[in-house]
Amino acid sequence: MNNLKVLVNGIIKENPTFVLLLGMCPTLGTTSSAFNGMSMGLATMCVLILSNFIIALIKNLIPDAVRIPSYIVVIASLVTVLQMVIKAYAPEVDKSLGLFIPLIVVNCIILGRAESFAAKNGAIASIFDGIGIGLGFTIALTCLGAVRELLGTGAIFGVTLWGETYGMLMFVLAPGAFLVLAYLIVLFNKYIKKA
Amino acid sequence: MDYVLSLILIVITAIFVNNVVLAQFLGICPFLGVSKKVDTASGMGMAVTAVLVVATIVTYLIQVYVLNAFGLEYLQTIAFILVIAALVQMIEIILKKTMPALYQALGVFLPLITTNCCILGVAILVIQKDYDLLEGVIYALSTGLGFLLAMVLFAGLREQLDLVDVPKSFRGVPIALVTASLLAMAFMGFSGVDGGLKILFGLQ
Repeated sequence: MNNLKVLVNGIIKENPTFVLLLGMCPTLGTTSSAFNGMSMGLATMCVLILSNFIIALIKNLIPDAVRIPSYIVVIASLVTVLQMVIKAYAPEVDKSLGLFIPLIVVNCIILGRAESFAAKNGAIASIFDGIGIGLGFTIALTCLGAVRELLGTGAIFGVTLWGETYGMLMFVLAPGAFLVLAYLIVLFNKYIKKA
Repeated sequence: MDYVLSLILIVITAIFVNNVVLAQFLGICPFLGVSKKVDTASGMGMAVTAVLVVATIVTYLIQVYVLNAFGLEYLQTIAFILVIAALVQMIEIILKKTMPALYQALGVFLPLITTNCCILGVAILVIQKDYDLLEGVIYALSTGLGFLLAMVLFAGLREQLDLVDVPKSFRGVPIALVTASLLAMAFMGFSGVDGGLKILFGLQ
């Protein structure tokens, strides 16, 4: 029951994108389509769950003074493994996310959760926190990608709804990312956070 | 001569056409976080530019003489992030001892820079684009200047925004993002300039 609360907390009350405004670079940089946004969200979620788990297990072995560098090494190793797995099994994803896969290392969500949750809680709770925050991030990125893809190219997940002729290219390019995120945050503040 | 022209092309592309913040989405956190006032924004911009140049030189040398030499390319991410973290700490200590005035101005921003993705991003991009050391340094420097330009422009706009009555749900970050969107739109006016310059310089 308590773990469930941690999970929901990550999706709504502490949604990393809409409430905490963390990890903005991949949020804006990889959401040119719903599928790209979702794959970035899932990749980050994998690293987050594993890093939360590992850090919760070894937190008593790390001296306080070197804890941040140790966390970074754990996260960087996990990202390197993930990068190899994606390159081997999903080369198209590797191509479309490109630079942003190694940049998961400097995603402030992961280091932030390590410092504020995994370092203080048990391993199982940390896994649930990773799933919750990861899902919150994935949902946010998928929404953002879906809106941008729909307005920009008239398709969702590559399924054409009204065709590229009526798409506004701006939404796939850089200005659209800022604009759609701004409006999604406004809607989130107005309807979901209040409830 | 061609080499000099290609360097000029790198500078213009990195500052205007592929602006690090507004077109490549690197370094968004400080772009949104420390852009409320023009002087803090320019301080952050200068600190990032300085760290970018030093970090690019060091990571380039590590890539060529350690990782490539021993076949350890897969350790790139871990090696780079550790080097950058250590470097930022070192720069902080050196500045504190030798240039206290500059430390006063930039000091607060330095610890934040480690997790600024544009440092790691540029370090990896320089390797991916197969630049030599000089090209890499020029690229890092102009990326930093592009960051500084975007920061100062954005901070100037946000200072004006404080005087405006904004709808309640838009206050704070959302209206800043709308502003950033308009700024990005303005920078889209530069797209294609790099291709034109390439033809003008006869580099194709």
